[in-house]
Amino acid sequence: MTRVAEIFESMEWGPAPEGRAEAEAWLDGHGRVFGHFMAGKRGKPGKTFAVANPATGEELAQVTQGSEADVSAAVKAARKAQGDWAKVSDHGRARVLYGIARGLQKHARLFAVLETLDSGKPIRESRDIDVALAARHFYHHAGHAELRSELMPGAEPWGVCGQIVPWNFPLLMLAWKVAPALAMGNAVVLKPAEWTPLTALAFADICAEAGVPPGVVNIVTGDGKTGAALAAAEIDKLAFTGSTEVGRILRRGTAGRGIGLTLELGGKSPYVVFEDADIDGAVEGLVDAIWFNGGQVCCAGARLLVQEGIAEDFTARLVARMGKLRVGDPLDKAVDMGALVHPEQKRRIEAMLARTSGTVHQGSAPKGCYLPPTLVTDLAPADPLMQEEVFGPVLAATTFRTPDEAVLLANDTTYGLAGSVWSQDIDVALDTAPKIKAGVIWVNGANMLDAAAPFGGMKESGFGREGGVAGLAAYLRPGSGAKLKPVKVFGGEPAASDAVDRTAKMYVGGKQARPDGGYTRGVFGPKGAVEQVGTANRKDVRNAIEAAQVAKGWAGSTGHLRAQILYYLAENLSARADEFAERVTLQTGAKGAPEVEAAIGNLFRWAAWADKHDGRVVGVPMPGLALALNRPVGVIAAFAPEEAPLAGIAQILGAALAMGNRLVLLAPETAPLTATDLYQVLDTSDVPGGVVNILTGDHGDLAPQVAGHKGVDAVWSFSSADISTAIETEAAADLKRTWVNYGRSRDWAAPPSRPWLNAATEVQTIWVPFGL
Amino acid sequence: MTVSDLERNAGLPFDPGVVAGMRVNTPAALRRATALPGRRSVKRAWQAAWLARAVSMIDLTTLSGDDTPGRVRRLCAKALQPARADLLEAIGLPDLTVGAVCVYHEMVPVAVDALGGKLPVAAVSTGFPAGLSPFRLRLAEIEESVAAGAAEIDIVISRRHVLTGDWAALYDETAQMRAACGDAHMKAILATGELGTLKNVAKASMVCMMAGSDFIKTSTGKEAVNATIPVSLVMMRAIRAYEAMSGFKVGYKPAGGVSKAKDALVYLALLKEELGDRWMRPDLFRFGASSLLGDIERQLEHFVTGRYSVGHRHPVG
Repeated sequence: MTRVAEIFESMEWGPAPEGRAEAEAWLDGHGRVFGHFMAGKRGKPGKTFAVANPATGEELAQVTQGSEADVSAAVKAARKAQGDWAKVSDHGRARVLYGIARGLQKHARLFAVLETLDSGKPIRESRDIDVALAARHFYHHAGHAELRSELMPGAEPWGVCGQIVPWNFPLLMLAWKVAPALAMGNAVVLKPAEWTPLTALAFADICAEAGVPPGVVNIVTGDGKTGAALAAAEIDKLAFTGSTEVGRILRRGTAGRGIGLTLELGGKSPYVVFEDADIDGAVEGLVDAIWFNGGQVCCAGARLLVQEGIAEDFTARLVARMGKLRVGDPLDKAVDMGALVHPEQKRRIEAMLARTSGTVHQGSAPKGCYLPPTLVTDLAPADPLMQEEVFGPVLAATTFRTPDEAVLLANDTTYGLAGSVWSQDIDVALDTAPKIKAGVIWVNGANMLDAAAPFGGMKESGFGREGGVAGLAAYLRPGSGAKLKPVKVFGGEPAASDAVDRTAKMYVGGKQARPDGGYTRGVFGPKGAVEQVGTANRKDVRNAIEAAQVAKGWAGSTGHLRAQILYYLAENLSARADEFAERVTLQTGAKGAPEVEAAIGNLFRWAAWADKHDGRVVGVPMPGLALALNRPVGVIAAFAPEEAPLAGIAQILGAALAMGNRLVLLAPETAPLTATDLYQVLDTSDVPGGVVNILTGDHGDLAPQVAGHKGVDAVWSFSSADISTAIETEAAADLKRTWVNYGRSRDWAAPPSRPWLNAATEVQTIWVPFGL
Repeated sequence: MTVSDLERNAGLPFDPGVVAGMRVNTPAALRRATALPGRRSVKRAWQAAWLARAVSMIDLTTLSGDDTPGRVRRLCAKALQPARADLLEAIGLPDLTVGAVCVYHEMVPVAVDALGGKLPVAAVSTGFPAGLSPFRLRLAEIEESVAAGAAEIDIVISRRHVLTGDWAALYDETAQMRAACGDAHMKAILATGELGTLKNVAKASMVCMMAGSDFIKTSTGKEAVNATIPVSLVMMRAIRAYEAMSGFKVGYKPAGGVSKAKDALVYLALLKEELGDRWMRPDLFRFGASSLLGDIERQLEHFVTGRYSVGHRHPVG
């Protein structure tokens, strides 16, 4: 019997290998030893380490371990080049980015094969997804470079950006980092992952061909120590994609330095299937959700939540589908899953799997650095597999009963990167999607990515967006004011008065509250004692934050309602303008009337914004809609400025409330009475209880308490106290958003709104494919 | 003749709940259909074997107003000797034939005679292609074709029943046609290009299977859009769902528009993935095609000789 006749009977799959000769030739051409790429040149190799093909274990090349000196030389090269690069015309930068896009396309197969050799991912993925999307990213950002002055007049690049990318999408994550940075006029020092540096090193060739000026792109290879050196170097901005654990370290390490930071971290994304879904479609969607790149994807749909009535049927169909998935040689054009990136990763995944109490279903996989597609059913939310990120081909499944319960389970995680919702009912799908607190939601789909669609996390999945207009903000330097002047501190003796004693209480959940600790402090102005206020302790902080959490209905209120309430607040403040002006003067000695006017102006402006910070419909290459929505951050705790004790409060309160956030306001230390006087205004202006909570006390004492509380989603500080570092350090615990002043002042009378809009909202991208 | 160890689909009582429960998310189906050719490919000996398998499952078809006995005899000769003997010898499949020959009723006796019982003859029937002749005559047409020796009857469904959601009427008509077929196997042509949505395709597939169809088939070849991969995905999934409900395996026949060897391989890859190896036999899968065979012959010559070929090196059908 001939081979053909045998196969005619068996109808089995055969090998469909992709050639690797060109990639080998490229490696050979470099002697299989690489130095760093800086100032436009490939450096001499230093102390090197081996980079291996995980599918075979063979060594591919030796790559240099970047030292602190290497990093600082690269940063220096970037610094030297950046000024001139930022002065290149928008069109000039666009041409360079376009050249990079074309370069990636011209050498697409080399990059694809190299990526597959280095990472173990299937050639189909590196060819059709990684390289294709990387080129698309540079095309898209060539456009952003071209249009920068037009769309963002006055925008300034950060300067030198340190960028650390992971091993799961080595070239694509490079593109996500380098393209927007260059488009906005920054220079970069990029560190590829230790396990997968080869495509970044090949990218250096593209830079030269595309006319990237020497020093604008620098690539330093190495392990975590090299990354740490880069984070500690004299950079203006740090962008990191990787684990939440390292993200925390970087947040702590950069605290108080005043450099930009964006973090794209881990996830445990829910994949919600309602009983009215296209079940076969949803099963197939899981192939893209959890077995794409062997599940080594931060936004992998790793938690399957199926409505109870269809769970049995769904599991049966899913297990059958798993049986058809092909795991094997990543260079085979017809495998669904290749090798895991490294034997160490395989051991880690196996160890996690060994601990589960659930029922394990698996497909098949060859021996070596491979794992089969794996489904674990009968899991309770308490099982570690439902909570912890596996970063492998392991799907953890449980059931739900109602849409509300689906949302509850979907959000029962510290992560918030992505999610999928499957339903053929438009009401169910579109109601559920935005209720999942995550940066990217796919309706009836999974892992759709595009350069025009912002991508990034909520909660402990990090902050900052990559892609689209929202992604550009990460590479633009925010405006900064002058150094704060020292606050005038007045003193004196508590005054004896004939008037009835007034001690301003705190304001929690719409009610006045005595300080838990039972301590008060005097408030003094230029003419001596004015009044007394309570001193908040950590329990008062807790109470205020809990009250704010309870008031979550505010996030779902209409922009029109929020505008009405802010206008009403302005109206009631205006009615008591003289009284507030007098209190400002009493506490600060400054003229009160202009401060009150500025406050009313700020409230009006935020009332205006309440129904106008519209999202975008994003132009992605897909029939359907991709929506970039501006969602409220949640509970914001803000330390009010001394320099504008009323206008500042109005600005903070206006911005936070207009965008649908709840606020815990820490009153200005030296002039707290403008805040405490507001209670009555808030009460008469229909602000619902808990939406605004006000505490008085010592900012230095309260900052770690507030920033360390895990019920707060963002901390802002405009305080004159030196608390920026403490806030950013404490915020690392749960990676909450921070916006602090590093001791710099700010314009409080009609300040530009854009930075406030950005701080008060997070972009949530919702993909809604449709079609017949 | 096509041999089969399968139990014939006996049908199920009409169940409107099942029909109402058929769901298709079109973008997801299109993604699967678009991704598949990039996810699966077969090369070298595997490709040759798969293409030979495709040949064995072709309903070699002529459905033209100008068909004559001579034309049909020529087609039947091609059906029995689908590629040059030297090529079939080289791949070790000297006895390869197509699956069946498909003609209009008037040509059935010629085809039966020409094939001499070595291959089944399929007749298109029931007022093909529009299916709008009197119902009584449509049933009579089936009976006459069966009497003339057709072992397979390709019926067309009443598209209007799908478009108006009258699933019970579709069921009744199709069930009566199945009864009229007797021992002949019935392929129900849905004319998917005229059904408007993939959801309708899924529902019509399910109704026709419940009514006892042995095969469900995409198209007459006369609609503006004939067989496509997304439609095939939906119909194959319906077949899978029906098997889960009834235990019966129903066959699938994409027809019209499959003219390239490369396309045929995509269909087979989809078939293997969605329905499994058992379906990759002539009793559960057919290509309704007239020009596909010519392209496959050229590919087989390429496999055997290592050189690309042209049409005139292969005998016409």
